[in-house]
Amino acid sequence: MALFSKQNREVFTNPLNVDHPILGQVLGICSALAVTSQLKPAIVMGLAVTVITAFSNTIISIIRNTIPNRIRIVVQLVVVAALVTIVSQILKAFAYDVSVQLSVYVGLIITNCILMGRLEAFAMQNKPWPSFLDGVGNGLGYAMILVIVGAVRELLGRGSLLGFQIIPDACYDFGYVNNGMMTMPAMALILVGCVIWVHRAYFYKEK
Amino acid sequence: MKLNTNSNAYIIIYSAILVVIVAFLLAFVYQALKPMQDANVALDVKKQILYSLNIRDLDGAEAEAKYAEVVKEEKDVNGLKVYACQVGDQQVIVVSLKGMGLWGGISGYLAVDKDDKVYGAYFNHESETAGLGAEIKDSQEWQEKFIGKKIFDENGNVILSVVKKVETPDSQVDCVTGATLTSNGVDAMIKDCLKKVKEEK
Repeated sequence: MALFSKQNREVFTNPLNVDHPILGQVLGICSALAVTSQLKPAIVMGLAVTVITAFSNTIISIIRNTIPNRIRIVVQLVVVAALVTIVSQILKAFAYDVSVQLSVYVGLIITNCILMGRLEAFAMQNKPWPSFLDGVGNGLGYAMILVIVGAVRELLGRGSLLGFQIIPDACYDFGYVNNGMMTMPAMALILVGCVIWVHRAYFYKEK
Repeated sequence: MKLNTNSNAYIIIYSAILVVIVAFLLAFVYQALKPMQDANVALDVKKQILYSLNIRDLDGAEAEAKYAEVVKEEKDVNGLKVYACQVGDQQVIVVSLKGMGLWGGISGYLAVDKDDKVYGAYFNHESETAGLGAEIKDSQEWQEKFIGKKIFDENGNVILSVVKKVETPDSQVDCVTGATLTSNGVDAMIKDCLKKVKEEK
């Protein structure tokens, strides 16, 4: 089987569109609300989840035939928890500011439903390479929403992107005010709702 | 031979091996990264002290150099760290604060000039609500409200406080809107810690 056969490409692209973890399956919402008040933590969180889904999918897929069926959830959790702890330690060592900002949410990746969902639904039945692609696809799908929501919230809530001021001082002189509502988690919920709406209206095709 | 992956013996051995592998892996990662993490934490403390001296927006190496230039002496008073600093030609003492917020611990640094007035302040928290209690850390504006406030009355009692309604503006700071309990925590922390330091002095 070729590395990028049609089937494998679908495995990778489906979660970016039809089977999107947030838009299609509505998984992983809670962390999407919490970390998106600024763009930088949203990007780091998206990358962290992508790395963890990709590697946990691959590892579980490699050992899938040896896992005793009765304790498979425990085994999955141990693998995910180990990966999450490693990522959190690496963040603390190399991106301390971001790890402070993300605080508990890095640890909570363990309970992100996208991870367990993909492990149970995909990695337990498929070979390592497609599982890796599925993990990367789902992680990027999740990261995509985080980046969209994070960018909108930071732009409207703080007038900046990645910490750089975008909206010129002149606008503030004319009485433009940052929308404080945007920094609240509730607005993230509404924005995710809008993104789901646009996605369903224009991109989603019923099977 | 096909293994029976559902036998009890297999399950026990499997989980034991898995746990041992994971434990070694985590211990290794932790040991390998610990020096870097400690350095980050130490740098963060130095940055917070500089923040309380109104020296903000410095990067790693710059902050390190500035800290070495400004902070002259560090000592322990009743379990609280006190730093003697020299900013420009002014003698300033930075007192570390520790207290309880609404959801978890809060901490901070309060810089005091030689007239016992607040030179600057910085607060930090573990898990206060974003947008409300977390403002004690995120809002530079709020921290700057402390500057110039009187700390002690004639009898040496701490009168610097965080209140809902400011009556004596020379020693009281308006609390964060929507975060009364966190603000009360800051108030108690300031009174408690400054009293301890004062007793020792």
